[in-house]
Amino acid sequence: MAKKLMKGNEALAEAAIRAGVKGYFGYPITPQSELLEYLSRELPQRGGAFLQAESEVAAINMVYGAAGVGERVMTSTSSPGFSLMQEGISYIACAELPCLLVNVMRGGPGLGTIQPSQGDYFQAVKGGGHGDYKLPVLAPNSVQEMAEFVYDGFDLADKYRNPVLILSDGALGQMMEAVEFPDYDVEAHKVDHSDWATRGRRKGHDHNVITSLYIQPDKMELINQHLQEKYRLIEANEVRFESIMTEDADYLLVAFGLSSRVAHKSVEMAREKGLKAGLLRPITLFPFPSEILSQLADQVSGMLVVEMNTGQMVEDVRLAVSGKVPVQFYGRQGGMIPQPDAILHEIEKYYEEHFAAEVN
Amino acid sequence: MTQLFPEKTDDPYLYLAGDESYKCELIEEMNQVWRRPDSLIDTPMHYCPGCGHSIAHRLLMEVVEELDIVERTVGIAPVGCAVFAYNYLNVDMQEAAHGRAPAVATGIKRVLPDRILFTYQGDGDLAAIGTAETIHAVNRGEKIVIVFINNGIYGMTGGQMAPTTLAGAKTSTTIFGRDPSVHGHPLRIAEMIAPLPGAYYVTRQAVNTANHVRKTKKALLKAFQYQIDNVDGTCFVEIVSNCPSGWKMTPLESNELLEDEIFQFYKLGDLKLPGKE
Amino acid sequence: MAKIHGHISINIENCKGCELCTNECPQESLKMSDNINKKGYHYAVLVEDNCTGCTNCAMVCPEAIITVYRQTKQKRQPVAVISNVTENLNINID
Repeated sequence: MAKKLMKGNEALAEAAIRAGVKGYFGYPITPQSELLEYLSRELPQRGGAFLQAESEVAAINMVYGAAGVGERVMTSTSSPGFSLMQEGISYIACAELPCLLVNVMRGGPGLGTIQPSQGDYFQAVKGGGHGDYKLPVLAPNSVQEMAEFVYDGFDLADKYRNPVLILSDGALGQMMEAVEFPDYDVEAHKVDHSDWATRGRRKGHDHNVITSLYIQPDKMELINQHLQEKYRLIEANEVRFESIMTEDADYLLVAFGLSSRVAHKSVEMAREKGLKAGLLRPITLFPFPSEILSQLADQVSGMLVVEMNTGQMVEDVRLAVSGKVPVQFYGRQGGMIPQPDAILHEIEKYYEEHFAAEVN
Repeated sequence: MTQLFPEKTDDPYLYLAGDESYKCELIEEMNQVWRRPDSLIDTPMHYCPGCGHSIAHRLLMEVVEELDIVERTVGIAPVGCAVFAYNYLNVDMQEAAHGRAPAVATGIKRVLPDRILFTYQGDGDLAAIGTAETIHAVNRGEKIVIVFINNGIYGMTGGQMAPTTLAGAKTSTTIFGRDPSVHGHPLRIAEMIAPLPGAYYVTRQAVNTANHVRKTKKALLKAFQYQIDNVDGTCFVEIVSNCPSGWKMTPLESNELLEDEIFQFYKLGDLKLPGKE
Repeated sequence: MAKIHGHISINIENCKGCELCTNECPQESLKMSDNINKKGYHYAVLVEDNCTGCTNCAMVCPEAIITVYRQTKQKRQPVAVISNVTENLNINID
């Protein structure tokens, strides 16, 4: 199939239709509105239901309902809207309903800015709403991945009966790149959910009930334990990351999403100067690639985490390396994007200090 | 299986009801004219004695059985006293977040348009925290039935003021009576949504007397039939009910209060009928 | 006696003693028992033999534990017996 020049938001929307999405419920918010507009045009003609809800709160609860009948459904939003959805996501996670969520992040806190940011990392990977739950989080760094991760997201959601989040940002959503949609057989990927879905009582069966309410504490504890077992399974099976020039690296950059593209450039610039920097890019933010980071901590002498926030993923990196090497942080906030030169400067500074220390 | 007739008792009143031989002679040659609907799960309900919720539950199951839609009905339970509605209603059910039942029903109906959807909501759920979802679902004319149980109080949390609490009524958060200048006015939600073009059938009923129960059942039958006929709009059935525990009175007293005061404010009857404005 | 004859049975163990049925019965055939059930409620019982099977009690019973029976007019009248015989005869002939 030929490549097509598309905006990230639109590529994601097109991929959703190709992945067999049957329902989309959303609310306009910059910088993800193209996604909504694209689906409003295309989805009703191609076998799905599109509805612009009265709020993000309503949208996520429409997703809850539609996910409960076992069809592929999704919503998308940007940071303030994602905060509004947290209640519904907590219910969906506890009721174990498969669905796809998209957060095209913008700068916060508060109403913030419409420029790209990675300020919702904690909210995305630590749960976000009330109670103990996790979402598998996929972090694309190109328009191509914005599209590809939709298929992976739906498959993961169906496999684990869990909401899956694509954590993108305003720049990836708005930028145009060439994208190629993979061949994907919707029927072959269909999972039969009829044993639990509320599609109307099956003949000869008792009714199906979808709930997140277990008033007896012993029962609720069992539910919690069951969810945690599932998350451990996801951690064991679904970790994804990209290693760039890490084989001989003695200094490691860690970055995800848009900042990983900038960090990649900085590593190339450092290599040109003879500095053996490498980059590890977590693709799944939950499950986090802790194991590879721990292994790399035995090889490199230090790490630098680059993010578009005030330092969120850096905490998970520090947990992963467990004090084996110093982990530094470089970040820009409020919609500002780190520049390759600035990151290179940080790398050079590290080598100067490290080199000086060795000489002494 | 609960025993219908105790084996031995000294209670003289039980002679007629409890004597097995009497049952054989009399009952077996009679026609059974009313019994508990099969789809109402055979378990004691958690509601307080005399609570109208239980009657509304039963009516819903009678209606889905009579219309033969048990296998394509999906119900949405609210947050509030009826949070466990799915423990009693043997149709597929989803438990919604507080106030979001119309949105949940919308999601299902849009993806599976041939299913029959109903939400079952109390006054806190529908008229306070979920007002936006209610109004917008009706305004879109979602093809669902909204069953609204209005008892003017928050029963589950212990008798606090609801948006529908009458002026002057004492609750645990308005201990000197609801003062509209401080706590706002009681909300007539059915009157609010009836003028919306998306509302197809809006009615207010009650379940405090046998005749009211029969009328409510007719209203529910009508509402579900409209949805089966795929009419263009939302059906809204408000049931003005009691809350003996929350109102701090006996079930009989609570039913009297309904007749004496509450129906004066929440007038029973149809607010919107198809073809009539 | 041209009156319709009816009867009810009450699942007394699930009765919560709300008394709504006793209030709604036009024949005043129901009363709250002096005894209590396993849950500790005084339960409703049928005390008079004048039930017409009107279903009012069942309509207002929140717990849906009242089953209502009504004798058919046919069976109350002596002719009904004859018609029963004829029916049987018809069946035999067929």
